[in-house]
Amino acid sequence: MTEPQITPAIIAKHGITPDEYARIQSILGRDPNFTELGIFSVMWSEHCSYKNSKRELRKFPTTGPTVLVKAGEENAGVIDIGDGWAIAFKMESHNHPSAIEPFQGAATGVGGIIRDIFTMGARPVFSLNSLRFGPITGDGANVKTNRRLFAGVVAGIAHYGNCIDIPTIGGEVYFDESYDGNPLVNVFNLGILRHEQIARGAAKGIGNPVFYVGAETGRDGLAGAAFASRELTEESKQDRPAVQVGDPFKEKLLLEACLELLATDAVAGIQDMGAAGLTCSTCETASRGGTGVEIDLAKVPKRETGMTPYEIMLSESQERMLIIVKKGHEQTVVDIFEKWDLPYAEVGVVKDDGMMRVLNHGAVVAEIPARQLADEAPLYSREATPRPAPAPLDLAKLPATDCRAALLTLLAHPSIASKNWVWRQYDHMVRAGTMVLPGSDAAVFLVREANKILAATSDCNALYCALDPREGARIAVAEAARNLACAGAVPLATTDNLNFGNPHKPENFWQLRECVEGLAEGCVFFNAPVTGGNVSLYNESPAGTIDPTPTVGMVGLIEDEKHVTTSHFKTAGDAIILVGDLGHELGASHFLRAIHGLKAGPVPRMDYPRELAVQDAVRALIRSRLVKSAHDCSEGGLAVALAESCMGGEKHLGATIDLGPTGLRPDQALFNETQSRIVLSVAATNASAVLMLLELRGLPARRLGTVGGPDLKITADGETLTWPLANLHDTWHGAIARAMEA
Amino acid sequence: MKAAVIRFPGSNCDQDCVLALRDFGVETDFVWHKDESVAGYDIIALPGGFSYGDYLRCGAIARFSPIMPAIKQAAAAGTLVLGICNGFQILCEAGLLPGALIRNRDLHFRCEHLHVRVENVANPFLHTAKTGELLRIPIAHGEGSYTADAATLAELNRTGRVLLRYADSAGAALDAANPNGSAENIAGICNAARNVFGLMPHPERACDPRLGSIDGRVIFESILSTLGARLAA
Repeated sequence: MTEPQITPAIIAKHGITPDEYARIQSILGRDPNFTELGIFSVMWSEHCSYKNSKRELRKFPTTGPTVLVKAGEENAGVIDIGDGWAIAFKMESHNHPSAIEPFQGAATGVGGIIRDIFTMGARPVFSLNSLRFGPITGDGANVKTNRRLFAGVVAGIAHYGNCIDIPTIGGEVYFDESYDGNPLVNVFNLGILRHEQIARGAAKGIGNPVFYVGAETGRDGLAGAAFASRELTEESKQDRPAVQVGDPFKEKLLLEACLELLATDAVAGIQDMGAAGLTCSTCETASRGGTGVEIDLAKVPKRETGMTPYEIMLSESQERMLIIVKKGHEQTVVDIFEKWDLPYAEVGVVKDDGMMRVLNHGAVVAEIPARQLADEAPLYSREATPRPAPAPLDLAKLPATDCRAALLTLLAHPSIASKNWVWRQYDHMVRAGTMVLPGSDAAVFLVREANKILAATSDCNALYCALDPREGARIAVAEAARNLACAGAVPLATTDNLNFGNPHKPENFWQLRECVEGLAEGCVFFNAPVTGGNVSLYNESPAGTIDPTPTVGMVGLIEDEKHVTTSHFKTAGDAIILVGDLGHELGASHFLRAIHGLKAGPVPRMDYPRELAVQDAVRALIRSRLVKSAHDCSEGGLAVALAESCMGGEKHLGATIDLGPTGLRPDQALFNETQSRIVLSVAATNASAVLMLLELRGLPARRLGTVGGPDLKITADGETLTWPLANLHDTWHGAIARAMEA
Repeated sequence: MKAAVIRFPGSNCDQDCVLALRDFGVETDFVWHKDESVAGYDIIALPGGFSYGDYLRCGAIARFSPIMPAIKQAAAAGTLVLGICNGFQILCEAGLLPGALIRNRDLHFRCEHLHVRVENVANPFLHTAKTGELLRIPIAHGEGSYTADAATLAELNRTGRVLLRYADSAGAALDAANPNGSAENIAGICNAARNVFGLMPHPERACDPRLGSIDGRVIFESILSTLGARLAA
C-alpha cells in the first residue's frame, strides 16, 4: 500500500500552515509521511489543541479548596462535594456535525460527553443541554430547515440519552437568525464518584499492556475534529462522512463494563476515544504518563476491510476506549468484556521512550514524540478589533406598544415559550432522583448513593453577548448563579462552552477575548471555578457568524431537602415580593427583539456586589423556610417572570399585581431586563418579616401583590391589564408544538 | 422474601428497581440475563430500559435470553412476575402476556407524570389499592401503545385482567388522557393466572416523597403483602 506523496496542496488540505509544517519537520527531524501528517492535522486542529483559544482560557480561575482534578488535567474536572463524594462534569459541543446531520450529530455529542465522565471513574447521573437554532416561526427562508434541525437534534439527544439510563433534566433552547444554518448543540453531563475512585488518563507503568475496548473501528467520522475546525459552507454536506454514527446500546454496555473494570484493581489508566480517536488517546495518555505508547493497528478490531493506517488512526468511530492495564491483570479485562459481549484486544504496550509509535503488522507507520504532538501545538493570539459599543436607546423613537398583546407575543416566542415539547421527549426521571422537573430555574437532582442534592443550570443570553460580549458573559455567570440561588443552592463550580466564529476575523477574536474575561471575572466573584469545557470556533455559515455564545453550565449543592425551591406559585393568598429594583433598562431586551425587531441598545448593567447580595439574601430566606417560590427575572423582564410563576406548576394560580407609580412607560415597566431581580412568593403572614429582612440587608424590595384568582392582573400607574390564565397558558405551553406542526 | 431484578444488556431501570425493592426491605439481587435459573426468588422483576438497544423490536431479542426459559417455568409455577415498561414489552414478546406494545401514536418518546386508574384489585399486585383509585406515576417510553385483537381485548375485559388505564385527573379514561394511543387506554394487564403483571408506567419512580409522588408504593406494598401471606402459609 503506497501512501500519497506530501505536497504543498496536501499540507494545505490538512489545514496545516507552512509555519506549522516547518515545526512538524523540526519535531520529527525529517518530513512526515502521510499518516503522520494526518495525525498532526487532527491533534493540532482547534478542536483538539485549542491553539487559538488556549492563551485566553488560561485566564479562567481553575483552583479552589474543592477542586480535586483541575481543568485541562484530565478529561473532566472533579469537585469535592463532601463526605468522600465528588462530582465530575463538563460541557461539550457538537455544533458542526449537528448542522450536517442533526440526529446523529446530537446523539454522538451526548455519547462523547458521557464517555468523558465515566473515563474519570464516575457514574454519569444526569445531563443538560443548551441548544440554539435559527427561527422556527415566521416566513424566513430557513424556517423549514431550522425546524428539521431542531426536531432532529432533540430526537437525537432523546435517542441516545434515553437508552443509556441518564436523565436529561434541564437546559435551554433559543432561536435567533444568527444560528441559521449553524445550530449550537452543547451537551453537559455530570457523574458521581468516591474520591478514591478518580481514574486517570495516563499511560503509567513501563511494560503495561494497552487494551482497545468497545466498538470496532470503521471509516465513520474520519477526521471529524479537523472538520469541526472549519467554517460551514455549501459544500459541507459532502463532509457527511465526517459525522459519526452513535450506538447508545453499545455505549451503555461499555459504560457498565468500564465501571465494573474500574472497580477492580486492574486499571493503570483509561482514556476515551473521542475527537481524533485512537490518535488522541494514545498520544495523550503517553504524554500525561511521561511515557511512550506503541500500538499495532493490525490488532485493532475493525468493522471494515482494507482500512489504511491513516484511516484507522483518524477514524472517530464512537463507543471506544483505550485502557492501560496493570501487567498480570489482563484476564480481568477479558472476563468483564466477554461478559458484556464487547470487542476487546490487546493492541500495544507502554514504553519508556516518549514516542507514540504506530505499527501495522509490525512495520512502523508513524513515530512521533508524544508530548510534542499532544501538548505543544502552536499557540496563537489573533488580532482583535473591538466592535463599537451599542448606541444608547432613544425611547422617544420607540412607538407605543399594546402591552397586553406584547406579553402574549413574548410568551409565544419559542425562546421564552415552555419547552415541554422538548423535555417530554427526554427521559428526565430515570435513576429516580429528579426532585425538580425541567422548567424551573434550575434542575435539582438527588444523588441517592451519596445522599446529596445537586442543582444545575445552563445559561447564556447571546443577545447580550452580541451587543456587549464582556457584559453579556458577566451576566451569563450571574444568571447561572442566580438560578441556583433560586433553587436553594450554593454554586460549586462552572463548566463553559465557548461558541464563536472564525478566530482569524479580528472582531470574532475580540468577542472571544471579551467573553472569556467576563466569564473569568464572574467565576471568581461567585466562587465557582471553571472545571473544564469546550471551545467551538468557526461557527459560521453562508448566512453569517453566530452571535457569540459562551454557554455557562453551573452546578450547586443544596444542603437540605427542605431548601429545594421551585419557581411557580404555590398557594392562593401568598404575598408576591420583588427583590431588587423595578428597573428600567430596555436595551438588548427580548421585548425589543420580539416586538420591534431590534437587536439594539446597551445591555443591562451588571453590578456584581448587588447581584451577590440579592442571591445571598434569597438563599438565606429560603434556608429560613420563608420562601414558597423564587424565580429570577430574565428574558422578557418582570411581566414574563410573573406569568411563568403563575403557570409553571401543575395547578395554575393567577396573581394580582400593583406596581404603583413607576415613572416609566408601561412597556418599560413590564419588560425591562434590569438585572439582580428575583420574584418571591411567601405566606402572607411572613410578608412583612421578609421585607424587613431584605431591608436590613440594604436591598430594595417591595410587595407586588397577591397570588390567586383566574387571571394575571398587573396595574401600573393606575392602568390595569388583565390576562386570563387559560389564555396565557395555552399561548405559552403550546407555542413550540404549534410551530413544529405548522 | 427474595426478589430478582433481571439485567438484560441495555436494561436501564434495573438499579432503580433494585433500590425501590430494597427500600421496602426486600432482599434483592441483580440476576444476569445469561444465568439460567431463578430458583429461590419469590418475585421476579423485568425492569425498564432498552434491552439489546430495542433493535429489531422492543423486547424481541431479550425473549431469547438464556434466563427466559427459567422465568417462564417460574411463572407457570405461580411465582410473581412484574414487567415494567421494557419488561412489559419483553413479557408480551415472550408470550407470557397477550398483545403487543407499538410505537406511540405521535411517534415521539414521552416522559411525564400522569394518572392511571386502578381497574381491578383482585390480584396480587394491587389488592391493597381501591378500584377506581387514581395513581400519579410517571411514564417514559417511545413504544407503549398497547394493541391486541378484538377477541383478546374482550377477554381481558371480561376476566378483569386490565389492571390500569390512563385517565385524566378526574378519573375519566378519555382519549385526551391517553399518552400513546393504547387500545382502550390500557396501561397495564395481567395474565389469566394473575401472577404476571406488565405495565408501562414506572412505579419505582413514584416511591420516594422527595420525587413528588408515592403513588407507586401501593404496587410494591401489594406484592409484599401477597408474598408475606404466601410465606406465612
